[in-house]
Amino acid sequence: MSGGIWVIIETRDQKPKKIAYEMLSLARRIANQQGEEVAAVLLGSGLGECAVELGQYGADRVYLADDERLAAYTTLTYTKVLADLARAKSPRLVLSGYTVMGRDLMPRLAARLGTGLFTDCTGLELDGQELVFTRPVYAGKAYLRGAAVGTPALATIRPNVFGIQKTDTNRQAVVEPVPVDISSADLRQVIREVMCQVSARPELTEADIIVSGGRGLKGPENFQLLEGLADALGGAVGASRAAVDAGWIEHRFQVGQTGKTVSPVLYIACGISGAIQHLAGMGSSKCIVAINKDPEANIFKLADYGIVGDLFEVLPELTGVCRELKAQG
Amino acid sequence: MDFSLGEEQELLRSTVRQFAEGEVGPLAAAMDEREEYDWDLWDKMAGMGLTGIPFPEQYGGAGMDNLSYAIAVEELSRVCASTGVLISAHTSLCCWPIYAYGTREQKEKYLVPLAEGALIGALGLTETGAGSDAGAVKLSARREGDGYVLNGTKIFITNAGRADTYVVIASTDPSRGHKGTSAFIVAKGTPGFTFGKKEHKMGIRASSTYELVFEECRISADQMLGADGSGFKIALATLDGGRIGIAAQALGIAQGALDQAVGYAKTREQFGQPVGRFQAVGWMLADAATRIQAARHLIYHAAWLKDQGQSYSKESAMAKLFASETAMWVTTKAVQIHGGYGYTREYPVERMMRDAKITEIYEGTSEIQRLVIQAALLR
Amino acid sequence: MNIAVLLKQTFDTEAKISLAADGGIQSEGVNLIINPYDEFALEEALRLKEKAGSGEVVVVSAGGPRVGEALRTALATGADRAIHIEDPALDGADEFSVAAVLAAALKKGSFDLILAGWRAVDDGSGQVAIRVAELLDVPQVNVVTAVAVDDGRVTATMDIEGGCQVVEVPLPAVLTAQKGLNEPRYPSMRGIMQAKKKPLEHLALSDLDLAAGDTAPKTKLICHSLPAGRQAGRVIEGEAAEAVRELVRVLREEAKAI
Repeated sequence: MSGGIWVIIETRDQKPKKIAYEMLSLARRIANQQGEEVAAVLLGSGLGECAVELGQYGADRVYLADDERLAAYTTLTYTKVLADLARAKSPRLVLSGYTVMGRDLMPRLAARLGTGLFTDCTGLELDGQELVFTRPVYAGKAYLRGAAVGTPALATIRPNVFGIQKTDTNRQAVVEPVPVDISSADLRQVIREVMCQVSARPELTEADIIVSGGRGLKGPENFQLLEGLADALGGAVGASRAAVDAGWIEHRFQVGQTGKTVSPVLYIACGISGAIQHLAGMGSSKCIVAINKDPEANIFKLADYGIVGDLFEVLPELTGVCRELKAQG
Repeated sequence: MDFSLGEEQELLRSTVRQFAEGEVGPLAAAMDEREEYDWDLWDKMAGMGLTGIPFPEQYGGAGMDNLSYAIAVEELSRVCASTGVLISAHTSLCCWPIYAYGTREQKEKYLVPLAEGALIGALGLTETGAGSDAGAVKLSARREGDGYVLNGTKIFITNAGRADTYVVIASTDPSRGHKGTSAFIVAKGTPGFTFGKKEHKMGIRASSTYELVFEECRISADQMLGADGSGFKIALATLDGGRIGIAAQALGIAQGALDQAVGYAKTREQFGQPVGRFQAVGWMLADAATRIQAARHLIYHAAWLKDQGQSYSKESAMAKLFASETAMWVTTKAVQIHGGYGYTREYPVERMMRDAKITEIYEGTSEIQRLVIQAALLR
Repeated sequence: MNIAVLLKQTFDTEAKISLAADGGIQSEGVNLIINPYDEFALEEALRLKEKAGSGEVVVVSAGGPRVGEALRTALATGADRAIHIEDPALDGADEFSVAAVLAAALKKGSFDLILAGWRAVDDGSGQVAIRVAELLDVPQVNVVTAVAVDDGRVTATMDIEGGCQVVEVPLPAVLTAQKGLNEPRYPSMRGIMQAKKKPLEHLALSDLDLAAGDTAPKTKLICHSLPAGRQAGRVIEGEAAEAVRELVRVLREEAKAI
């Protein structure tokens, strides 16, 4: 059967990531308008169990490629399996998350299939019969709307933008095993080592709440203030470029044009002036709070709420109140 | 008449600007606050070849022209006037006289490492009794054996303390007045050569300014630069070229201040609109931009004349005079446009205003520049 | 080591973005720069060549006439040769088209390594370098923060969620550069003087082994739009303790954010 909207299900610790559910919900909404099938595509090893609940989030079918060699993602193995499957089944649209895997895989897959790809989509809808993709460009200073020429259309979806709907607790997805035909050429990439940063805090690009610090923190030791608040709120810690360039915190915490793009429910900017390059990385946050002693700071122009004050006074206060709330449950 | 800059000059401008904004700008306020230069910046500038721009490659220089040099000083001064004068004093006041008057050995020994940035240079001319009256130097160079002994002091010497190599103007024959002065190359650490008071200044506070103190300081005859008795002539010729560097510094300061003022005028709102829309403010910006452009043309023309091998003394005096007075005017207006904020350390314009003042004074006061121009006109 | 660096000229990140009459982005009067991520790629290429002691670094870019400035800057920074692909047929090219053109140009040479920034700061698409890797059938490592080459293989560290991993692939390969890979050098004055003597080759599509259909775009632009302005919100007054309590209240009750 040709056509259909595919969602590549990315997993962590044998469970689908949140973005996978977001995409299934999105795919289901679109598919319903056109009477299309939604298929989840699951690659990995020993993932049979999670196939079941994918139906409840909108999948009609689950293509399951279960193989030891797919246990860890590598570009060429996943591209091979997906390209073979896509050529066999001719989907109309293939979605993946705009994640480390999505950024690495989808351009390769698009090139192999000779087709178009829209990355980091913040909008995807039907305009009549045509699928229209919306994505931010120029660091979010503008948006581009486009359509694919030919099929399949490929897209990577920005996490935390689309909502999750658990549609049908009764929907049983048909699980279809997929052949895994991998040659030595597909095994040219070898993962030598994986180094994890051990942190109980959520990953920056996936966090619902981010507490972020900039030049106003004055020194690396003061990031403790942010960490205290982040932990009280169950959030992640971020930083502006100024703090990273000053050597106060590592680059992986940087939010902004040359750092990470985040889209949390709540972004608390402490001692951050709000340069355009920083806004590029967090401008799509649902709620922005600014704490800065300079009332003219640019960040106040787009913060939903702000406190003009000394963050060295405000942050401990705020942390205290949030801890109380947390204790109350 | 082709007013466009060559491809190299455009590349140089964008490169130096990127460097200035990326490396120097972030440190400028702190260096000014501490009155202390961050000498890592010198090493970076040496690595880029900014410490010997107008000298031939065989002497460790970049082999570029004086216009390129002026552009480099302008771009550095736009973010940090102290960095502008560091390069300008080193290049024009120390490297240049050695290039123009040095023997082959002196060029090998001093100019090459200076141009490469391994050594930092300074000019020791000014004394307590010899400012505008530069011929009245009293630092004595007494002939003894096959060398000289220096006794006396110099004041307000830019780059002093940190600089390794000093071109010093001393009196070898007081009876002949300025015709009895000679130039010498003296190295830091020479016994009898120490530094006196550090000057605490209104502006260019990160520029290292010290007294030079000579007490029975022995140097050898081969450290004389140029002919005996040509010290004053060397000093004047050196200052002619130094004017282009200082004019470029002043231009950079003015441009930096204008950029700040324009940015502020676009974003600061009062009475419901950006203050740049009010005619009083807008006209200040218009006048500033016009004066800056005029200064730029004067400087580039003077540099061009020097590159062509034509006389440039009058033109460089005009450039220095006009650019320095422009810098003072523009920076003052820039503070005004910023209002109360411009008076605080949070914004850079107060520093730029403090920095601008010295450009009307050193390397020939505005009054001296006017004399030079007057003399040229009445010849 | 022969290394190719894919370069893109982009708007200055500080540029104010506005729409042109045709619905595209206004490009007149905008300052153009080398894509900052490509600078990391160029710097790494220069370091690897210096370490190897021999070989050349070739910078390649597709685009209009102003691309020449970016290529000259790369030459001034230390690249040995530059290739500028320019052709009116590339107006409206998308990532598919650009990758086809770059891959065709690269096939004319022989490279051990191809480096590029992981994405461009203008459209931020992050596709072209990876597409080129596929078209050349070489392995890739994306978003790298460290690179080491040894005996026909490259070991690269790449960012992953919550950490990083070290991947090894055989040469030739494509690597895309992430911020933190290195500190790009500034061009030196000597480099600026030497740049004009280095070869800058101009290629049109007819110079490349490409059929008309090979570059036709696979996506079409409908329109650009500017985001709805985020309105300035509410500044909460009062002393720290008071303001904080009010902030927490509104975050709970109004914004429902905590």
